[in-house]
Amino acid sequence: MTTEITTDVVVIGAGPCGLFAAFELGLLDLKCHFIDILDRPGGQCAELYPEKPIYDIPGFPVVTGQQLTDNLMAQIAPFAPEFHFNRMINTIERQEDGSFRLSTDADEVFHAKVVVIAAGGGSFQPKRPPVDGIEAFENKSVFYSVRKMDDFRGQDVVIVGGGDSALDWTLNLQPIVRSLTLVHRRAVFKAAPASVNKMQELVGEGKINFLTGQIAKLDGEDGQINHVHLTTDAGDLSVPATRLLPFFGLTMKLGPVADWGLELNDNTIVVDTEKFETSVPGIFAIGDINSYPGKLKLILSGFHEAALMAQAAKAIVSPGERVVFQYTTSSTKLQKKLGVA
Amino acid sequence: MIIHVTDQAGENHELEGLEGWRVMEVIRDWGLNIKAECGGAMSCATCHVYVDKDWLDVVGAPSDEEEDMLDSVGDVRSNSRLCCQILCSDAIDGLKLTLASSAAKDA
Repeated sequence: MTTEITTDVVVIGAGPCGLFAAFELGLLDLKCHFIDILDRPGGQCAELYPEKPIYDIPGFPVVTGQQLTDNLMAQIAPFAPEFHFNRMINTIERQEDGSFRLSTDADEVFHAKVVVIAAGGGSFQPKRPPVDGIEAFENKSVFYSVRKMDDFRGQDVVIVGGGDSALDWTLNLQPIVRSLTLVHRRAVFKAAPASVNKMQELVGEGKINFLTGQIAKLDGEDGQINHVHLTTDAGDLSVPATRLLPFFGLTMKLGPVADWGLELNDNTIVVDTEKFETSVPGIFAIGDINSYPGKLKLILSGFHEAALMAQAAKAIVSPGERVVFQYTTSSTKLQKKLGVA
Repeated sequence: MIIHVTDQAGENHELEGLEGWRVMEVIRDWGLNIKAECGGAMSCATCHVYVDKDWLDVVGAPSDEEEDMLDSVGDVRSNSRLCCQILCSDAIDGLKLTLASSAAKDA
């Protein structure tokens, strides 16, 4: 059943700039719902470099991506934003009254007066191996995740990769498949040593195969693969296969944003520098996903953009209401909202 | 300092490198087809290049962490490197490399 949610603002992307937008919007009494394709907040900071130090956040000589995310989550907690993870927006439609109707792939519909796109480099999606024609097999016999284990029961499965996903699914699927071949470009694995040991035991028992190599070509028809061709140190090999699971991690793609009718420039959304509004009134874009003359892709730029965007968003949600500019250091009103006064 | 870069379409580019810059930054700054999505944090592999065989000894082998990241692309060769890990200096003046398809912006 479709879940209907009505809110002031939908923020697409729960990275640092999106999260800080909830703070600026919250000070102006606007309620936010976040939608993110990842399973947790932080965006690139959490997905790409949680442990890497960042040195150019004002006031923090050094902070890691995860610490910054955790701090932002604490900072916006008083405004109780709601998070919808593992979701992708399918459509955004502007209604006659200027509000927006957004649908997600999790069968939800959001009604919002303002949409803020804070999607960084786009949505994180599985990396596609550079194999000609692989698109034709995707979601039929080539999968980038295991949604239903039953899809693999009795199949000849080839898994590619050396990380935890590849090893975990090798171990989990082995009992139900007809055959399983793990392919990795080298005999060194990033996955947890316990999983690697277990995998090697299964190889030793002859229950699975392990090959060092890379996928070169896929054979099959009508979306169904029948052979995976590999380039290996020992020459080219062909492995009979009915399912292929490549696990090369995630990469950012602009994705559905490109279909929303917004003016784009080289995979970024064009905005003005007063409101950070897109070519569609009521849809704003902040952080790495936007572009304007002089744009710098820095987290701190996104914070600034969030503050100005919030003022414009307030004017849309509460037309005619006079907004008095206030400081959190001196305004009792703001301090009450933050729960400190 | 000059870096010779062949892009995914086979076109050759002569780029002026700057001492202390990462080769990735030079290629990105010149607007070639490089995604470099983590910005040099060695947290992705979208600045993957093939170093010309004559330059392999000068550039050196990838570190363990770099090898780990190379696991996340499917077109690795013996001369694969992440060019965010190659620093511009006089030693690499004339360096030749080719952008991997996995480094393309739409990869």
